Amino acid sequence: MHIIQELLFVIAFGVAVYLFYRKARQIRQNILLGRDVQLNDEPAARWRNLLLLAFGQKKMFRNPLVAVLHFFVYAGFVIINVEILEIILDGIVGKHRLFAPLLGGLYPVLIGCFEILAALVLIGCAIFLVRRNIVKVKRLNQHELDGWPRSDANYILITEIVLMLLFLTMNTADQALQQHGHEHYINTGAFWVTGPFVSLFSGLSDGTLIAIERTCWWLHILGILAFLNYLPYSKHLHIILAFPNAYYADLRPKGKMENMPAVQKEVQLMLQPELAADAPAGDIPKFGAKDVPDLTWKNILDAYSCTECGRCTAACPANITGKKLSPRKIMMDTRDRAEAIGEQIAKTGSFTEDGKTLLRDHITEEELRACTSCGACVQECPVSINPLHIIMQLRRHLVMEETSAPQEWNMMFSNIENNMAPWKMSPDDRDKWAVEMNG
Amino acid sequence: MQIKTMAEYAANGETPEILFWVGCAGSFDQRAQKITKAFATILDKVGVRFAILGKEESCTGDPARRAGNEFIFQMMAQNNIAVLNGYEVKKIVTACPHCFNTLRNEYPELGGQYEVIHHTTYLQQLIDEGKVRMKEAGAFKGRKITYHDSCYLGRSNNIYEAPRKVLEALDAELVEMKRCRSNGLCCGAGGAQMFKEEEKGTTRINFERGKEAVETGAAVIASNCPFCMTMLTDGVKEQGKEDSVQVLDIAELIAQQIA
Ligand code: SF4
Ligand code: SF4
Repeated sequence: MHIIQELLFVIAFGVAVYLFYRKARQIRQNILLGRDVQLNDEPAARWRNLLLLAFGQKKMFRNPLVAVLHFFVYAGFVIINVEILEIILDGIVGKHRLFAPLLGGLYPVLIGCFEILAALVLIGCAIFLVRRNIVKVKRLNQHELDGWPRSDANYILITEIVLMLLFLTMNTADQALQQHGHEHYINTGAFWVTGPFVSLFSGLSDGTLIAIERTCWWLHILGILAFLNYLPYSKHLHIILAFPNAYYADLRPKGKMENMPAVQKEVQLMLQPELAADAPAGDIPKFGAKDVPDLTWKNILDAYSCTECGRCTAACPANITGKKLSPRKIMMDTRDRAEAIGEQIAKTGSFTEDGKTLLRDHITEEELRACTSCGACVQECPVSINPLHIIMQLRRHLVMEETSAPQEWNMMFSNIENNMAPWKMSPDDRDKWAVEMNG
Repeated sequence: MQIKTMAEYAANGETPEILFWVGCAGSFDQRAQKITKAFATILDKVGVRFAILGKEESCTGDPARRAGNEFIFQMMAQNNIAVLNGYEVKKIVTACPHCFNTLRNEYPELGGQYEVIHHTTYLQQLIDEGKVRMKEAGAFKGRKITYHDSCYLGRSNNIYEAPRKVLEALDAELVEMKRCRSNGLCCGAGGAQMFKEEEKGTTRINFERGKEAVETGAAVIASNCPFCMTMLTDGVKEQGKEDSVQVLDIAELIAQQIA
């Protein structure tokens, strides 16, 4: 009997890890569709960001209450995974509580801590469900979340609650069995959270208790393996990608736009034609971005890291005043499009034009034109995402590849070109104020 | 007062302490010209030897770049850098956070390396050094002033304290808006929005910000950007408060109260 359980476990574990690996590799490929940018400078500052922003969740603390709850859920989930290690080893070797004899008196303390964390995760997730579905916090109920994204968020919270309940029930049944003196269930003493509940189970027979304990054990670990494979399809992927994303976050001042060396050179040759002689003729580059492969790999990593929390959108002046633009939607669109391209590559081996692009099929000109480049979205994002960078690259494509700009902008361009100012003013009047002061 | 250009300094074989980068709004916009004049007045009074580029100054290219037109931006930037480098300019002070951001963050990789200072930071330095002193019985003493963080000084460049310190010198009561500092709400002008109609929405961004500013009960909204100035002035008008709430640049406040 036992050997079958072990075998089943090893198979389930192997399949889960393999499937996860396959999907993770595909996501990596999708991210690498993006153009290359060097984001390896200043490692000290990058490690600092990783520690503060990802581990420390510094930005979350802009709202301390939510931050503390989220920290419990996150820390709880990560630390309880230490316990998963024991569960996995138990599953493979067919033992029970492998670490208990090794750790001695420390073991119940450790499990006690895990139980407290599990209880906190449970409470945290319950409050989050209430915020989403009953209190209906605005940023968690905007229309770009309609359908799958909203369900996704709820599935995650419910799954975490169920997993924690299974973990706690398993421990309760375990302790009841210990009290019955069942030999397989080594005595660990009472655990902190579930200890007081053991009396609820003490009237049950050994057989029933073992059934409860085993069922919870199996559902818990299968649930976790399923969850692992759910991650890559979910906004919950941020629990992994927030770390690299913080490390590779842009370190330059938020106001600095990415330079376009190709345009710089072209203008240089125009202003100083004498340089043209030694300039090698390069390929004509594409200006800006129309589709996901035109973006940088960091933009795509951003998209996969997005938690769809909407802190960006809640701070976006355009969105606040009812414009169509939502920086969260920009990120969700980018991920959807990257996934679609990835699927096509998986099917046909390469990416060919499929008549669709990120621009227009996902993100409209109206959305792009509403951005004030205020940087609030970049400021607010807890996982170091920069929606503004994508917006600006799409704008560059619109103006430079399609000459698609509002009439007023075209006038502004020609004013700058002809009068060196965005208005129709004579350059001779530029110092008129000074002449007036000089009297 | 004699405001001299870089060309005039160079002709006399002299170099000024700073170049005052005026910017397009400061040069051409009637309201912003007053900010320019106020700042020039302060510099003159303190005895800072400053120059302007005059007719040799061009748009930094900021609005073109943010609208997506990199060609126009590069043309302006490279021309400006040629002029600035020609005069061996070292230190630039500007009263426009957009010019500030572009000169400071975007010109260096194109070959224009300067120390660039926003006028609010410069005013703070002058106050700290004791060069700018306020009148004893200041007109703003005890009055409520609220300060609007421009995006390009605040979030874009992390300058939040210098302008507030300058305002403290007025002995006024500084009241913050609900959204301030890194949470500050945009005025709606950036990203080349200034030069086109707003997209369709439920309200205008400057109306939203104007409302928030008026709600503080402040008699003065202090700004640091000529574009915010335009936007906030309209926002206050929309609230019907143009008679009781003034929008003034920090330089104007100091120029009024300088001893
Ligand atoms: S930078 Fe653009 S998208 Fe981001 S918050 Fe500001 S207006 Fe919204
Ligand atoms: S971009 Fe950042 S702030 Fe916006 S929804 Fe995604 S994770 Fe949240």
